[in-house]
Amino acid sequence: METVPKGEKAQDTLKVRVWRGDAAGGEFREYAVPARENQTVLDVVTQIQREQEPDLAYRFACRVGMCGSCAMEVNGRARWTCRTHVKRVAAPGEALEIRPLANLPVIRDLATDMAPFFDKWARAGGTFQPKDAPDGAVPAEFSVVPPESKQRREADAGIECIGCGVCYASCDIVAWNPDYLGPAAMNRAWTLVNDVRDGARRERLEAVSGDAGCHSCHSTQSCTERCPKNLDPSSAIAGLKRTLFWDSLWGRLR
Amino acid sequence: MRPDMRGRSHPTYVAFILHRVSGLLLALFLPLHFWALGQAIQGEAALDGFLRWADNPLVKAAEWALVVLLALHLAGGLRVMALEFLGWRARQKDMVAVSAGLAFAAGVLFLLNVG
Repeated sequence: METVPKGEKAQDTLKVRVWRGDAAGGEFREYAVPARENQTVLDVVTQIQREQEPDLAYRFACRVGMCGSCAMEVNGRARWTCRTHVKRVAAPGEALEIRPLANLPVIRDLATDMAPFFDKWARAGGTFQPKDAPDGAVPAEFSVVPPESKQRREADAGIECIGCGVCYASCDIVAWNPDYLGPAAMNRAWTLVNDVRDGARRERLEAVSGDAGCHSCHSTQSCTERCPKNLDPSSAIAGLKRTLFWDSLWGRLR
Repeated sequence: MRPDMRGRSHPTYVAFILHRVSGLLLALFLPLHFWALGQAIQGEAALDGFLRWADNPLVKAAEWALVVLLALHLAGGLRVMALEFLGWRARQKDMVAVSAGLAFAAGVLFLLNVG
Protein backbone atom coordinates (compact mmCIF):
# COMPACT_ATOMS: atom_id res chain seq x y z
CA MET A 1 0.00 0.00 0.00
CA GLU A 2 1.23 3.47 -0.84
CA THR A 3 2.02 5.54 2.20
CA VAL A 4 0.29 8.87 2.37
CA PRO A 5 2.04 11.77 4.05
CA LYS A 6 0.35 13.10 7.16
CA GLY A 7 -2.49 15.54 6.61
CA GLU A 8 -3.35 14.35 3.12
CA LYS A 9 -6.24 12.30 1.89
CA ALA A 10 -5.32 9.21 -0.10
CA GLN A 11 -7.73 9.96 -2.94
CA ASP A 12 -6.52 13.53 -3.64
CA THR A 13 -5.53 13.75 -7.26
CA LEU A 14 -4.40 16.55 -9.47
CA LYS A 15 -5.65 16.75 -13.04
CA VAL A 16 -2.89 17.57 -15.49
CA ARG A 17 -3.19 18.28 -19.20
CA VAL A 18 0.15 17.73 -20.91
CA TRP A 19 0.88 18.61 -24.52
CA ARG A 20 2.17 15.54 -26.33
CA GLY A 21 3.51 15.62 -29.87
CA ASP A 22 6.41 16.70 -32.04
CA ALA A 23 7.30 19.21 -34.75
CA ALA A 24 4.49 17.87 -36.93
CA GLY A 25 1.83 18.67 -34.31
CA GLY A 26 0.25 17.28 -31.22
CA GLU A 27 -2.53 17.53 -28.65
CA PHE A 28 -3.21 17.73 -24.93
CA ARG A 29 -3.53 14.48 -23.01
CA GLU A 30 -4.95 14.20 -19.53
CA TYR A 31 -3.24 12.58 -16.57
CA ALA A 32 -4.09 12.20 -12.91
CA VAL A 33 -1.23 12.69 -10.46
CA PRO A 34 -1.35 12.26 -6.65
CA ALA A 35 -1.84 15.72 -5.15
CA ARG A 36 0.69 16.65 -2.48
CA GLU A 37 0.79 19.50 -0.05
CA ASN A 38 4.13 20.58 -1.45
CA GLN A 39 4.88 19.79 -5.06
CA THR A 40 6.40 21.70 -7.92
CA VAL A 41 5.25 21.51 -11.51
CA LEU A 42 8.51 19.70 -12.28
CA ASP A 43 7.61 17.09 -9.63
CA VAL A 44 4.30 16.57 -11.43
CA VAL A 45 5.94 16.13 -14.84
CA THR A 46 8.50 13.77 -13.33
CA GLN A 47 5.74 11.69 -11.69
CA ILE A 48 4.00 11.29 -15.05
CA GLN A 49 7.23 10.31 -16.79
CA ARG A 50 8.35 7.83 -14.10
CA GLU A 51 5.03 6.25 -13.19
CA GLN A 52 2.75 6.62 -16.20
CA GLU A 53 4.38 7.52 -19.53
CA PRO A 54 8.07 6.60 -19.74
CA ASP A 55 8.29 8.11 -23.22
CA LEU A 56 7.32 11.62 -22.09
CA ALA A 57 10.10 13.97 -23.23
CA TYR A 58 11.05 16.96 -21.08
CA ARG A 59 14.21 18.69 -19.95
CA PHE A 60 15.61 19.51 -16.54
CA ALA A 61 18.93 19.43 -14.72
CA CYS A 62 19.51 21.23 -11.42
CA ARG A 63 15.96 21.30 -9.98
CA VAL A 64 16.84 24.36 -7.88
CA GLY A 65 16.55 27.31 -10.27
CA MET A 66 20.18 27.58 -11.33
CA CYS A 67 20.39 26.02 -14.77
CA GLY A 68 17.23 27.33 -16.45
CA SER A 69 16.61 24.19 -18.49
CA CYS A 70 13.17 23.21 -17.15
CA ALA A 71 11.22 26.20 -18.49
CA MET A 72 7.77 25.31 -19.86
CA GLU A 73 4.45 27.03 -20.30
CA VAL A 74 2.25 26.40 -17.25
CA ASN A 75 -1.39 27.52 -17.40
CA GLY A 76 -0.59 30.00 -20.16
CA ARG A 77 2.60 31.49 -18.72
CA ALA A 78 6.23 30.59 -19.30
CA ARG A 79 7.93 29.58 -16.06
CA TRP A 80 10.68 27.55 -14.48
CA THR A 81 8.78 24.42 -13.50
CA CYS A 82 11.26 23.60 -10.73
CA ARG A 83 10.58 26.88 -8.93
CA THR A 84 6.81 26.86 -9.43
CA HIS A 85 4.69 25.30 -6.74
CA VAL A 86 1.47 23.79 -8.07
CA LYS A 87 -0.62 25.68 -5.52
CA ARG A 88 0.79 28.96 -6.81
CA VAL A 89 -0.55 28.43 -10.33
CA ALA A 90 -3.65 26.26 -9.82
CA ALA A 91 -6.42 26.78 -7.28
CA PRO A 92 -7.55 23.63 -5.38
CA GLY A 93 -9.42 21.42 -7.83
CA GLU A 94 -8.14 23.36 -10.84
CA ALA A 95 -6.28 21.45 -13.56
CA LEU A 96 -2.70 22.12 -14.60
CA GLU A 97 -1.97 22.75 -18.26
CA ILE A 98 1.62 22.19 -19.30
CA ARG A 99 3.01 22.79 -22.78
CA PRO A 100 6.42 23.44 -24.32
CA LEU A 101 7.82 26.97 -24.47
CA ALA A 102 6.26 29.09 -27.19
CA ASN A 103 8.24 30.65 -30.08
CA LEU A 104 10.67 27.72 -30.29
CA PRO A 105 10.53 24.58 -32.44
CA VAL A 106 9.30 21.56 -30.52
CA ILE A 107 11.55 18.50 -30.55
CA ARG A 108 9.09 16.28 -28.73
CA ASP A 109 6.45 16.77 -26.03
CA LEU A 110 7.76 19.39 -23.57
CA ALA A 111 11.30 19.65 -24.96
CA THR A 112 12.00 22.52 -27.34
CA ASP A 113 14.96 23.14 -29.60
CA MET A 114 16.84 26.08 -28.03
CA ALA A 115 19.21 26.49 -31.00
CA PRO A 116 17.40 29.48 -32.61
CA PHE A 117 17.40 31.21 -29.22
CA PHE A 118 21.18 30.88 -28.78
CA ASP A 119 21.88 31.60 -32.46
CA LYS A 120 20.27 34.98 -31.86
CA TRP A 121 22.57 35.63 -28.89
CA ALA A 122 25.46 35.14 -31.28
CA ARG A 123 23.83 37.34 -33.92
CA ALA A 124 23.31 40.12 -31.37
CA GLY A 125 27.05 40.10 -30.63
CA GLY A 126 26.69 38.31 -27.33
CA THR A 127 30.37 37.38 -27.08
CA PHE A 128 32.69 39.57 -25.03
CA GLN A 129 35.42 41.11 -27.22
CA PRO A 130 38.35 42.29 -25.06
CA LYS A 131 39.37 45.81 -26.06
CA ASP A 132 43.05 45.31 -25.30
CA ALA A 133 43.37 41.92 -26.95
CA PRO A 134 41.15 41.58 -30.03
CA ASP A 135 42.66 38.20 -30.82
CA GLY A 136 41.29 36.78 -27.61
CA ALA A 137 44.59 36.81 -25.73
CA VAL A 138 44.67 37.69 -22.06
CA PRO A 139 45.37 41.41 -21.62
CA ALA A 140 48.64 42.24 -19.87
CA GLU A 141 46.93 44.46 -17.30
CA PHE A 142 43.73 43.92 -15.39
CA SER A 143 41.03 46.46 -16.13
CA VAL A 144 40.03 48.59 -13.20
CA VAL A 145 36.24 48.90 -13.28
CA PRO A 146 34.71 50.75 -10.33
CA PRO A 147 31.65 48.68 -9.34
CA GLU A 148 29.75 51.88 -8.48
CA SER A 149 30.25 53.53 -11.88
CA LYS A 150 27.04 54.15 -13.82
CA GLN A 151 28.05 51.91 -16.72
CA ARG A 152 29.05 49.02 -14.50
CA ARG A 153 25.77 49.20 -12.61
CA GLU A 154 23.92 49.17 -15.93
CA ALA A 155 25.94 46.11 -17.00
CA ASP A 156 25.37 44.39 -13.65
CA ALA A 157 21.61 44.90 -13.94
CA GLY A 158 21.35 42.31 -16.68
CA ILE A 159 24.39 40.10 -16.19
CA GLU A 160 22.68 37.38 -14.14
CA CYS A 161 20.73 36.04 -17.15
CA ILE A 162 21.10 32.27 -17.41
CA GLY A 163 19.43 31.91 -20.81
CA CYS A 164 16.35 29.93 -19.83
CA GLY A 165 14.24 31.33 -22.68
CA VAL A 166 11.24 32.36 -20.54
CA CYS A 167 11.36 35.97 -21.83
CA TYR A 168 11.80 34.79 -25.41
CA ALA A 169 8.73 32.53 -25.14
CA SER A 170 6.71 35.37 -23.57
CA CYS A 171 7.56 37.92 -26.27
CA ASP A 172 4.85 38.71 -28.82
CA ILE A 173 7.33 40.40 -31.16
CA VAL A 174 9.21 37.10 -31.55
CA ALA A 175 5.88 35.46 -32.42
CA TRP A 176 5.13 38.16 -35.02
CA ASN A 177 8.63 38.35 -36.52
CA PRO A 178 10.64 35.10 -36.36
CA ASP A 179 13.86 37.04 -37.13
CA TYR A 180 13.47 39.31 -34.09
CA LEU A 181 16.46 38.85 -31.80
CA GLY A 182 14.36 38.73 -28.65
CA PRO A 183 14.77 40.07 -25.10
CA ALA A 184 17.55 37.79 -23.81
CA ALA A 185 19.93 38.40 -26.73
CA MET A 186 19.47 42.15 -26.52
CA ASN A 187 19.75 42.15 -22.73
CA ARG A 188 23.15 40.49 -23.29
CA ALA A 189 24.08 43.04 -25.97
CA TRP A 190 23.17 45.94 -23.65
CA THR A 191 25.24 44.36 -20.85
CA LEU A 192 28.29 44.28 -23.14
CA VAL A 193 27.65 47.77 -24.56
CA ASN A 194 28.01 48.97 -20.97
CA ASP A 195 31.12 46.90 -20.30
CA VAL A 196 34.02 49.35 -20.51
CA ARG A 197 36.46 46.51 -21.23
CA ASP A 198 34.62 45.50 -24.40
CA GLY A 199 35.84 46.68 -27.80
CA ALA A 200 33.00 45.70 -30.14
CA ARG A 201 30.50 48.40 -29.25
CA ARG A 202 29.91 49.65 -32.81
CA GLU A 203 29.49 46.22 -34.39
CA ARG A 204 27.15 45.21 -31.60
CA LEU A 205 24.98 48.32 -31.89
CA GLU A 206 24.79 47.74 -35.62
CA ALA A 207 23.75 44.12 -35.05
CA VAL A 208 20.88 45.04 -32.72
CA SER A 209 19.43 47.88 -34.79
CA GLY A 210 16.73 47.65 -37.40
CA ASP A 211 13.66 45.57 -37.99
CA ALA A 212 14.90 42.38 -36.33
CA GLY A 213 16.46 44.31 -33.46
CA CYS A 214 15.60 46.75 -30.71
CA HIS A 215 13.57 49.10 -32.91
CA SER A 216 10.85 46.47 -33.28
CA CYS A 217 10.24 46.26 -29.54
CA HIS A 218 6.79 47.56 -28.56
CA SER A 219 7.60 47.73 -24.84
CA THR A 220 4.80 45.37 -23.83
CA GLN A 221 7.31 44.34 -21.14
CA SER A 222 6.13 40.74 -20.94
CA CYS A 223 9.83 39.78 -20.78
CA THR A 224 10.35 41.87 -17.66
CA GLU A 225 7.06 40.65 -16.19
CA ARG A 226 8.01 36.98 -16.62
CA CYS A 227 11.78 36.90 -16.01
CA PRO A 228 12.30 34.39 -13.15
CA LYS A 229 15.43 36.29 -12.11
CA ASN A 230 13.63 39.64 -11.98
CA LEU A 231 15.84 41.07 -14.69
CA ASP A 232 14.54 43.84 -16.92
CA PRO A 233 15.27 43.05 -20.59
CA SER A 234 12.69 45.62 -21.65
CA SER A 235 14.74 48.43 -20.13
CA ALA A 236 17.88 46.96 -21.70
CA ILE A 237 16.23 47.18 -25.12
CA ALA A 238 15.14 50.76 -24.34
CA GLY A 239 18.78 51.48 -23.49
CA LEU A 240 19.90 50.15 -26.87
CA LYS A 241 17.29 52.31 -28.63
CA ARG A 242 18.44 55.36 -26.68
CA THR A 243 22.11 54.76 -27.38
CA LEU A 244 21.46 54.18 -31.08
CA PHE A 245 19.35 57.37 -31.23
CA TRP A 246 22.05 59.62 -29.80
CA ASP A 247 24.88 57.85 -31.63
CA SER A 248 23.07 58.24 -34.97
CA LEU A 249 22.21 61.87 -34.20
CA TRP A 250 25.81 62.82 -33.43
CA GLY A 251 27.17 60.64 -36.23
CA ARG A 252 29.04 58.32 -33.88
CA LEU A 253 28.02 55.16 -35.73
CA ARG A 254 30.01 55.82 -38.89
CA MET B 1 -8.80 30.96 -32.41
CA ARG B 2 -9.19 33.15 -29.34
CA PRO B 3 -5.86 34.62 -28.28
CA ASP B 4 -4.58 33.30 -24.97
CA MET B 5 -4.54 36.36 -22.68
CA ARG B 6 -3.27 34.58 -19.58
CA GLY B 7 0.32 35.58 -20.22
CA ARG B 8 -0.65 39.08 -21.35
CA SER B 9 -2.84 40.28 -18.52
CA HIS B 10 -0.39 42.71 -16.94
CA PRO B 11 -0.50 46.54 -16.81
CA THR B 12 2.22 47.32 -19.35
CA TYR B 13 0.66 44.96 -21.91
CA VAL B 14 -2.75 46.60 -21.43
CA ALA B 15 -1.04 49.99 -21.85
CA PHE B 16 0.46 48.78 -25.15
CA ILE B 17 -2.97 47.62 -26.41
CA LEU B 18 -4.67 50.90 -25.37
CA HIS B 19 -1.96 52.97 -27.05
CA ARG B 20 -2.19 50.97 -30.26
CA VAL B 21 -5.99 50.83 -30.44
CA SER B 22 -6.44 54.52 -29.58
CA GLY B 23 -3.90 55.39 -32.28
CA LEU B 24 -5.71 53.33 -34.90
CA LEU B 25 -9.12 54.80 -34.00
CA LEU B 26 -7.70 58.34 -34.12
CA ALA B 27 -6.22 57.62 -37.54
CA LEU B 28 -9.66 56.46 -38.70
CA PHE B 29 -11.19 59.68 -37.37
CA LEU B 30 -8.71 61.99 -39.14
CA PRO B 31 -10.48 62.00 -42.56
CA LEU B 32 -13.72 63.03 -40.81
CA HIS B 33 -11.84 65.78 -38.99
CA PHE B 34 -10.42 67.16 -42.23
CA TRP B 35 -13.81 66.96 -43.89
CA ALA B 36 -15.37 69.01 -41.06
CA LEU B 37 -12.61 71.61 -41.35
CA GLY B 38 -13.19 71.62 -45.11
CA GLN B 39 -16.72 72.85 -44.45
CA ALA B 40 -15.26 76.21 -43.47
CA ILE B 41 -13.97 76.67 -47.03
CA GLN B 42 -17.52 76.22 -48.32
CA GLY B 43 -18.54 79.29 -46.37
CA GLU B 44 -19.77 80.20 -42.94
CA ALA B 45 -23.26 78.79 -43.41
CA ALA B 46 -22.04 75.32 -44.26
CA LEU B 47 -19.78 75.20 -41.18
CA ASP B 48 -22.48 76.61 -38.91
CA GLY B 49 -24.92 74.01 -40.22
CA PHE B 50 -22.47 71.28 -39.43
CA LEU B 51 -21.68 72.68 -35.99
CA ARG B 52 -25.40 72.87 -35.16
CA TRP B 53 -25.78 69.25 -36.15
CA ALA B 54 -22.73 68.42 -34.01
CA ASP B 55 -24.55 69.79 -30.96
CA ASN B 56 -26.80 66.75 -30.70
CA PRO B 57 -26.10 64.52 -27.67
CA LEU B 58 -24.98 61.53 -29.70
CA VAL B 59 -22.27 63.53 -31.44
CA LYS B 60 -21.28 65.04 -28.09
CA ALA B 61 -20.87 61.54 -26.69
CA ALA B 62 -18.71 60.59 -29.67
CA GLU B 63 -16.72 63.77 -29.12
CA TRP B 64 -16.14 62.77 -25.53
CA ALA B 65 -14.87 59.36 -26.69
CA LEU B 66 -12.55 61.20 -29.05
CA VAL B 67 -11.15 63.37 -26.27
CA VAL B 68 -10.52 60.28 -24.14
CA LEU B 69 -8.80 58.51 -27.05
CA LEU B 70 -6.63 61.52 -27.69
CA ALA B 71 -5.70 61.83 -24.01
CA LEU B 72 -4.97 58.09 -23.82
CA HIS B 73 -2.74 58.21 -26.88
CA LEU B 74 -0.92 61.33 -25.71
CA ALA B 75 -0.33 60.08 -22.17
CA GLY B 76 0.63 56.60 -23.43
CA GLY B 77 3.04 58.15 -25.95
CA LEU B 78 4.67 60.30 -23.28
CA ARG B 79 5.08 57.16 -21.15
CA VAL B 80 6.85 55.34 -23.98
CA MET B 81 9.08 58.36 -24.63
CA ALA B 82 9.94 58.54 -20.94
CA LEU B 83 10.85 54.89 -20.64
CA GLU B 84 12.95 54.96 -23.82
CA PHE B 85 14.71 58.29 -23.35
CA LEU B 86 15.01 58.64 -19.61
CA GLY B 87 15.91 55.03 -18.89
CA TRP B 88 13.74 54.78 -15.79
CA ARG B 89 13.80 51.17 -14.75
CA ALA B 90 11.66 51.36 -11.66
CA ARG B 91 7.99 52.24 -11.30
CA GLN B 92 6.90 51.25 -14.81
CA LYS B 93 3.47 50.24 -13.55
CA ASP B 94 3.03 53.55 -11.75
CA MET B 95 3.76 55.27 -15.04
CA VAL B 96 0.97 53.24 -16.65
CA ALA B 97 -1.36 54.27 -13.81
CA VAL B 98 -0.41 57.94 -14.17
CA SER B 99 -1.06 57.92 -17.94
CA ALA B 100 -4.41 56.19 -17.42
CA GLY B 101 -5.23 58.74 -14.73
CA LEU B 102 -4.41 61.65 -17.07
CA ALA B 103 -6.70 60.23 -19.75
CA PHE B 104 -9.46 59.69 -17.19
CA ALA B 105 -9.05 63.25 -15.87
CA ALA B 106 -9.26 64.64 -19.42
CA GLY B 107 -12.47 62.69 -19.96
CA VAL B 108 -14.02 63.98 -16.72
CA LEU B 109 -12.96 67.55 -17.49
CA PHE B 110 -14.63 67.36 -20.87
CA LEU B 111 -17.86 65.99 -19.37
CA LEU B 112 -17.91 68.80 -16.78
CA ASN B 113 -17.68 71.38 -19.54
CA VAL B 114 -20.35 69.88 -21.79
CA GLY B 115 -23.71 71.52 -21.78
